[in-house]
Amino acid sequence: MSTPTASTINLVEELLLKNTLEIPEDLEQHLIKLRHMTVEKPLIYVGNGTCGQVAGSIKILKEIENYLHENNIDAEVIETGCIGMCWAEPLIDIQLPGRSRLSYKHVSQENVTEILDATFNSTFEPKYILGQFKNEFTEPWEGISFVEDIPFYKNQTRRILKYCGKINPYSLDEYIANGGFSSLSDTLLTKTPAQVRDLVIKSGLRGRGGGGYLTGKKWETAALSQGDQKYLICNADESDPGAFMDRAIIEGNPHLLIEGMALAAYATGTSKSYIYIRSSYELAVKRLVKAIDDCKEAGLLGHNILNSGFNFSIQLATSAGAFVCGEETALINSIEGKRGIPRPRPPYPTQRGLFNKPTVVNNVETLSNVPMIIGEGVDAFRSVGTKESPGTKVFSLSGKTEKSGLIEVPMGYTLKDIIFKISGGIKHNKSFKAAQIGGPSGSCLVEENLETPIDYESLSRIDAIMGSGGLVVADEDTCMVDLSKFFIGFLKDASCGKCIPCREGTHRMLEILEDITRKPRDANHKTLDRFKGVMQLEELGKVISETSLCGLGQTAPKPVLSALKYFRQEFEEHIYERKCSANVCRELRTYEIDPEACTGCTLCMVKCPEKAIIGAVKHPHFIVESKCTGCGICLEVCKFDAVKLK
Amino acid sequence: MENKLQEIITSNSNSKREDLIPILQRIQEEFNYLPQEAIYAVSKALEMPASKVYSIASFYNLFRFQAIGKYHIRVCNGTACHLSKSSDLLREIKKELKIEPGHATSNRLFSLETVPCMGACHLSPIVRINNTYHTQVESEEIKRVIAEIRKEEEL
Amino acid sequence: MSIDIEVNNKVIKAKKEETILTALQRNGLHVPTLCHMKGLLPTGACRLCVVEVEGMDGLVPACSYPINGWMRIKTHSPRVITARKTNVELLLSNHPDDCLYCIRNGQCELQHLAEELNVHERRFFGSKKKQKIDNSSAAIVRDPDKCILCGRCVRYCDEVLGIAAIEFIRRGTNANVGPEFNNGINTSTCINCGQCIMNCPTGALHERTYHNKIRKALHNPDKHVIAISDSAVAVSLGEEFGLKPGKNVSGTLNAALRLAGFNAIFDTAFGADLYLTEVAKEILERKNNGETTPLVSNHCPAWIRHLEQSEKELHIHTTTAVPPQQQLSRIIKSYYAEKKNLNPDHIFVVALNSCTAKKDEITRKNYLSGSNATIDVSLTTREIADFIKLHGIDFHQVDDELTDLPFGMTSSAGQLHTLSGGLIEGLIRSLFLQDKKREMRPARVTRLRNTKSVKEYVYKKENENINLVAVSGIKEAMKVIAETEQGIRKTDFIEILACKDGCIGGGGQPLRQPADNLKARRKAIYEIDNKGSIKVAEKNPEIEDLVRRYLGESGSKKRKELLHVKPLKE
Repeated sequence: MSTPTASTINLVEELLLKNTLEIPEDLEQHLIKLRHMTVEKPLIYVGNGTCGQVAGSIKILKEIENYLHENNIDAEVIETGCIGMCWAEPLIDIQLPGRSRLSYKHVSQENVTEILDATFNSTFEPKYILGQFKNEFTEPWEGISFVEDIPFYKNQTRRILKYCGKINPYSLDEYIANGGFSSLSDTLLTKTPAQVRDLVIKSGLRGRGGGGYLTGKKWETAALSQGDQKYLICNADESDPGAFMDRAIIEGNPHLLIEGMALAAYATGTSKSYIYIRSSYELAVKRLVKAIDDCKEAGLLGHNILNSGFNFSIQLATSAGAFVCGEETALINSIEGKRGIPRPRPPYPTQRGLFNKPTVVNNVETLSNVPMIIGEGVDAFRSVGTKESPGTKVFSLSGKTEKSGLIEVPMGYTLKDIIFKISGGIKHNKSFKAAQIGGPSGSCLVEENLETPIDYESLSRIDAIMGSGGLVVADEDTCMVDLSKFFIGFLKDASCGKCIPCREGTHRMLEILEDITRKPRDANHKTLDRFKGVMQLEELGKVISETSLCGLGQTAPKPVLSALKYFRQEFEEHIYERKCSANVCRELRTYEIDPEACTGCTLCMVKCPEKAIIGAVKHPHFIVESKCTGCGICLEVCKFDAVKLK
Repeated sequence: MENKLQEIITSNSNSKREDLIPILQRIQEEFNYLPQEAIYAVSKALEMPASKVYSIASFYNLFRFQAIGKYHIRVCNGTACHLSKSSDLLREIKKELKIEPGHATSNRLFSLETVPCMGACHLSPIVRINNTYHTQVESEEIKRVIAEIRKEEEL
Repeated sequence: MSIDIEVNNKVIKAKKEETILTALQRNGLHVPTLCHMKGLLPTGACRLCVVEVEGMDGLVPACSYPINGWMRIKTHSPRVITARKTNVELLLSNHPDDCLYCIRNGQCELQHLAEELNVHERRFFGSKKKQKIDNSSAAIVRDPDKCILCGRCVRYCDEVLGIAAIEFIRRGTNANVGPEFNNGINTSTCINCGQCIMNCPTGALHERTYHNKIRKALHNPDKHVIAISDSAVAVSLGEEFGLKPGKNVSGTLNAALRLAGFNAIFDTAFGADLYLTEVAKEILERKNNGETTPLVSNHCPAWIRHLEQSEKELHIHTTTAVPPQQQLSRIIKSYYAEKKNLNPDHIFVVALNSCTAKKDEITRKNYLSGSNATIDVSLTTREIADFIKLHGIDFHQVDDELTDLPFGMTSSAGQLHTLSGGLIEGLIRSLFLQDKKREMRPARVTRLRNTKSVKEYVYKKENENINLVAVSGIKEAMKVIAETEQGIRKTDFIEILACKDGCIGGGGQPLRQPADNLKARRKAIYEIDNKGSIKVAEKNPEIEDLVRRYLGESGSKKRKELLHVKPLKE
């Protein structure tokens, strides 16, 4: 890991302060080395983002270090962030001097020795090869395909994620060598805040946290608000289940966010900022703290940045865990040390926010787009995406796709291409059923929407939202009623409790869904009651979305109502036939015993916790449906395969 | 405990009301939960009513008011994990330990918690026991690990 | 700046930046509210005040949305009514179904809302909570199942009183209102003032009742049951029977109590007269001794509880004279018992007042209790009304009767102590008499007769001044004390009452009291004083009699024993 040294100071002076495109030869060579385009000794990258760690990268890291020590090998080891190919993790990349960087997948404590043996014999271990990275300065390996050609990678447009998983997130030098902070230096030396705002407005950048609000417009309002102190808050709370884009951006390239924030602060006249980040994102926090400290030492944060007179500081505020704190005003209350409860608006945060001062709240991905807009220009930014939704979007793809992980695609890309071009289709050859976009606040997209472009307008037309980037794909084995129940259960727990429609409404909706996914408690509970309940979902949904105080409540009915719209039949099956065709709703599962196969051994009868099986020894047994709770123990214990799901 | 609490509370000079949540976080890091004394100590130090301190602490998921067990079991409750039958997994663990999430076994050996999405969705379902992650795990595997721990702890 | 807005097809005038609700209310247009509290910032929590505004998505909360220009508003469109109705039904869906048994039956805001919104069928069935009732306090009971989380009690206790004994705990549908750890309120910083009850729309907070104890005493032939009532009750009780606020019903009350079986009815103002004489003397003595620490009243038990709990060192001296009710009850259980040849243990004293904190004061082991605990039950105005109704007494048909002698005879100064500023007005007259040996004319002190929360009066003695201050509100009282300590203010005596406007706005008063009722009650008590012929406590002939026969002159041993306690540890 590098520390800001004479090297950094030199870079700051030669590259940033001079703000020129003409770079002397020796500096150019130095940059190439910093970017690891060429290396002097073997370099091992370990994919050590949080998802890599969960997959076991820490143990692999230890193995590598032991190996190098025991074999007296002089090699450099760098921890990187997440490259997005979570389906291939744990990942390690190895770059030998003069040769291209090789990427290995599914590395383990056990097989890493094999890989290292091959490496230090100047070759590679084909069993675990993922591919090699393109590099104009080195000799490619024969017979190995390029990582950049893997469909998962190739079909993306990686701008924000460009360096995630490739560079050392602890190295400020490497970031600068890759062009980092040049947008900031150019801005501070040649542009006014109004000009920066103008560029962002022209770029059409929209909030990537889910709101889709025009970022430039928000900045303009804040810049023009009266206040002796203004604040910038970066919302890194990311609590949507299945969303980890912001985490990956921070773990992979924390300096990008810092530069984006500095630009935003300059444009809006704020000198103090907070990054509100989930406390459970321990690794991201660690890397962010290092990045901020390094930037401070290098004079890129603090007073008089790059001799421009611009002052800007960043403070970290770790959230104590509440989904509702993703809402701007709740977030602000949380930073102020209060309960994370939303405030009535107006006044909007840009008028009166943190400590009652004008405040801009922006998402991590939104801010990370800004350096590119300033550095490469509006046209370059708008070269991908759609007219109303220019640029790219990072999605965290999970669920039943063959490959899952992080992807970045242009706005307007279709769901079909995401699933089938990039992610390799649905696992185990199952069929696609639905994709939940926008997490618990979003709707599901179904077969008929596969060709719908994913941009703010097109989604809005089909009553769906973009959300922050969580995309969960469900297959034919998913019960949509159960999934809706999951989402509304999540929201009911997340509700802050302030307003009646959200607090009580989400609970009632949950109870209605619980009612239709379990066995009736008493004989009097008729089908009609269940049906009435489902009708109420629609009425309640309308009132909840129209009267809730904040976005959580306003969007709470969406998952249920969209599931109801597209999968009404599935709901009706649950209500009238008491059946769950996907066999997910446990209490609706029933089993039956094949009288031909049953030998009457009584094992299932003995093991049944509900005493729902009757039968005499050596005679075929019978499951009493009304007592069966669908636990499946009989099926597990039967040695004769006589128990089947009905 | 009193001394340690004071140390933590005063480590940030000029503690203002905004510092409440970070102070509580540091206390929980130290003790693994928020003892009652902590609430009163913080209330005194920040000159805030104890009811308010508790009100704010009890709002957030992170803060616990009971100590966790020696082996703290976290079951991920994200969407992908749910699709991978994490609720069945949780049910089996509850049956095995005979406790509900948010509680510990009477011998304080195990405690159970459902946690929001860990963001490692391709490895769902995920169960974390202290610092070890069990990925793409089935209930039999977890039951085995629990049994192993029980055996080891008896010795 | 005036702005035109259109509401329900009519144009009305609004002011720039004011909320829609303010404009509507000023123009007599009603929308239901629940979480709204006059004088405090809106929170927009209940969503019942939502209205339809042309051009805006969703429905807009009238209480928190500012008017900045032309708006077309519909307050009762079908969409709005459906939304309000559904939200009320959602509240009802997990509310206990025991209206008939509930203490607020007929007086519950949730019932009124259901009525207003025509809720006549049960559409939503929610899981009912089963939380424990908090019976720990002698004064206030918490029934969390009935709480609809409107937040009014929390806000009053925090923003108005500055105490915050209760807060929102946990989150979402698990949220509740209570002290830290959901402890019983008796271990919290609650001072029992009961303003939370006054703000609670349902039966989630109510006073602890002791009807059974009184009934038992009344039916016990050995017990001599005495009621002592005060002016706050006299001018407020009538509201519970549909009479005009401010009507003095003490005569009717006397008759009703006798019909119910009380053996004697006395006036707390007699005790106030004794209190006034003792405190005035104390003030003069302290001045003569050169004491600079202000003397503070103790007749508000909520204030005393706050003082006892305060972690801060306050430089004050609390009077050692027992409060008016105890002054009277101690005389009853000594002098009166002797006179009537009764065993003091057989005398059952019921104090009638407008206060919930007094229920705690008489049962809690505090500096007033021990063997000198002389009051058996304390009843609030609300409970008195219930009691009278229970005994089948038609309040409108009963003829006025007088209070009993000797303790029914009072000065009009003694009647004033239930108002903020009333005690010091009486004190000033007593000071004057004790100092200058003649009565003050005119007796009334007009500058104290307003609704300010801090009122001052400088009594000019020969070479020095005695600065008297009357404060209502705990926050305000702490401020006055702090100002005195910092030297910003000169204070010799502070009258402190926790409730705004004093006891007439106490926690035991009729619920749903518009500000006009307080005004009427205040006016009525001042009328009692204006019309009274004995204006100063010392001139009460029954007091003079008592002094001659029993108490002795000021400073006597008997007085010290009976009417004072050891100083409160400060």
